[in-house]
Amino acid sequence: MSTTMTSPKRTGSTTPDLLTAGQLPKFTGLAALVVSIAVAAGLLALLQSANVTSVVAVGALLFLLSMFILSTAVEGVRKAKDRLAKYVVTGFFLVALAPLISVIWGTIANGMARFDGVFFTWSMRNVLGEGGGAIHAIWGTLIITGIATLISVPIGLLTAIYLVEYSNNGKLGASIRFFVDVMTGIPSIVAGLFAYTIFSMIFGAGHKSGISGAVALSILMIPTVVRSTEEMLRIVPNELREASYALGVPKWRTILKVVLPTSIAGIITGVVLAIARVIGETAPLLVTASITSSMNLDPSQHPMATLPVFVYNQYMYAPGIDTAAYHARAWAGALTLILIVMGLNAIGRFIAWKFAPKAGR
Amino acid sequence: MSATDIPEASTDPRSDSHSLERSAKRFGDTFFRGLSTGSGVLILLILAAVAAFLVGLAIPALLADPETFQFSRGQSFWKYVAPYAFGTMWSAILAMIMAVPVAVGIALYLTHYAPKRISSTFGYIIDLLAAVPSVVFGLWGIAVLAPAMRPLFLWLNEHFSWIPLFAGQVSGTGRTIFTASVVLAVMILPIITAISREVFLQTPKLHEEASLALGATRWEMIRQAVIPFGMPGIISACMLGLGRALGETMAVAMVLSGSGIISFKLLTSQNPNTIAANIAQSFPEAHDIGRNQLIATGLVLFIITLAVNMTARWIINRRKEFSGAN
Repeated sequence: MSTTMTSPKRTGSTTPDLLTAGQLPKFTGLAALVVSIAVAAGLLALLQSANVTSVVAVGALLFLLSMFILSTAVEGVRKAKDRLAKYVVTGFFLVALAPLISVIWGTIANGMARFDGVFFTWSMRNVLGEGGGAIHAIWGTLIITGIATLISVPIGLLTAIYLVEYSNNGKLGASIRFFVDVMTGIPSIVAGLFAYTIFSMIFGAGHKSGISGAVALSILMIPTVVRSTEEMLRIVPNELREASYALGVPKWRTILKVVLPTSIAGIITGVVLAIARVIGETAPLLVTASITSSMNLDPSQHPMATLPVFVYNQYMYAPGIDTAAYHARAWAGALTLILIVMGLNAIGRFIAWKFAPKAGR
Repeated sequence: MSATDIPEASTDPRSDSHSLERSAKRFGDTFFRGLSTGSGVLILLILAAVAAFLVGLAIPALLADPETFQFSRGQSFWKYVAPYAFGTMWSAILAMIMAVPVAVGIALYLTHYAPKRISSTFGYIIDLLAAVPSVVFGLWGIAVLAPAMRPLFLWLNEHFSWIPLFAGQVSGTGRTIFTASVVLAVMILPIITAISREVFLQTPKLHEEASLALGATRWEMIRQAVIPFGMPGIISACMLGLGRALGETMAVAMVLSGSGIISFKLLTSQNPNTIAANIAQSFPEAHDIGRNQLIATGLVLFIITLAVNMTARWIINRRKEFSGAN
């Protein structure tokens, strides 16, 4: 961000160029960074406490300090503060990347060991120690998430249609919108407790089933579907609706035949992202569908294993012997889960990109 | 529906069937309208049912004789829930202290410093961070982060043990409330970043240019134009992040081996637990009144997060009315 002066350029003078006078040369930042890291490494080596983290931390502090002093001396204190802010903000960005890389790398490195054929063909029935897999958990996740989607999408879609097409900014619409927002903030474990209590009231205490897990996930999924669908319906141009009304088409057919087809790509994207959000939920399934080591394809009764709960269970309840085998399975499950979520995200964004509506408001 | 083909003013001899079709049309409209209104109301009912069921099943724990309790027998329910409520708040506050400056910094970097291409790519990467399931974060926290944090803990304990926060015997595993808060901070970072970024992008260009034209440096421009405009947005983003941190279960349940104590010490193996993590850990072995106790603590959590979220939404909605942008 250099100030652009429009004064005529002075040529042939022996004095330094006025445009760049009072500014640090461009390489200063890089040079100061290298020197700071080197000094930090040297100092810490003298104190015999040098490692990557401490060198980077001390080096960064030295860099900020030296640049601030240098810049204050040459460019003035306002410029120096500007530089400091720029470096700190950039630094925060780099700091935030560290955990992301660490999570992804850790999962891949630890998960590859058991990311094999056995993992995707075996359940945990009668498996102790090595071997075994998560096919029962993968099926459970697909079934429960599928049911949750079947419950959430109609409710979410219709509510969004009500909000956009029928509510006319009335009191009911405003309160639905407000409580949908509030609903996005329900802790997932509370949704799980709710589903558990409802089902144990109907079917007796201690009821565990896939469908109760699906109900818990729906509570988390509905608000996401409503919000994304509502946004998509809102960007459908009003001219389309009016053209349809002008032809004498009733409102409900206008919605079904004009509004929805126009925004369908965005709606599907929203639904896919909502699925990606709930497919990794652990806590609500822990209290509703629970965990089992055998395949259970019947969502109406008996515990049903799911991938997130499988990961939790394999890692946290590993027995004393052969612990490594259980941990390896947990990591492989985590890797599978991340791949599913990333895949769903990619699909959602691809649909949004491919069929992006070209019309504006 | 051929009704639309018939001109309204036609003098059709079959006027009976015409009116029938007209009423069929009306019926379709009424039906669809009712259906969509119904699902809107259904959502309100679900939320009411969540509250009602939780209250209904929590009441036995509030009324029962403490001597019959499964957890912390002989103490009143409020004594039982207090340490967990403390742990929930304490870990969330620690996470906020770490996450908020970084998140706002990233949002500023992405909107005002980074080149456009980097900005959109990394905006997407930050969004991906939000999509990583919490159980994976928990696994990462317990297996990767906790051992990596231990040298820092030892160093802090050695040099700063005069600060009460860092006092005490350092945990041998690194699984402390500090580590749990770092995991929470990483988890709420993308939420706060995403909302702050949107708000910063909405800053009126004219405000920014006016500030720059008066000779402000970029940082001064940010402080004069961007931050004041985006302040309500940042606050509500933080509240939403706080709501997420309060309700997060698995990451804490996996990283922390907590107990029902109130302790501000960050580095020891004696850690307060959170409400959500305690429910997840104790629920499998809970029975009868024990389940009511846990549901009652869930109700406390529900009320806390509800209050936080409603405040955040209220701030957002209030802002819409007087903001200059759209």
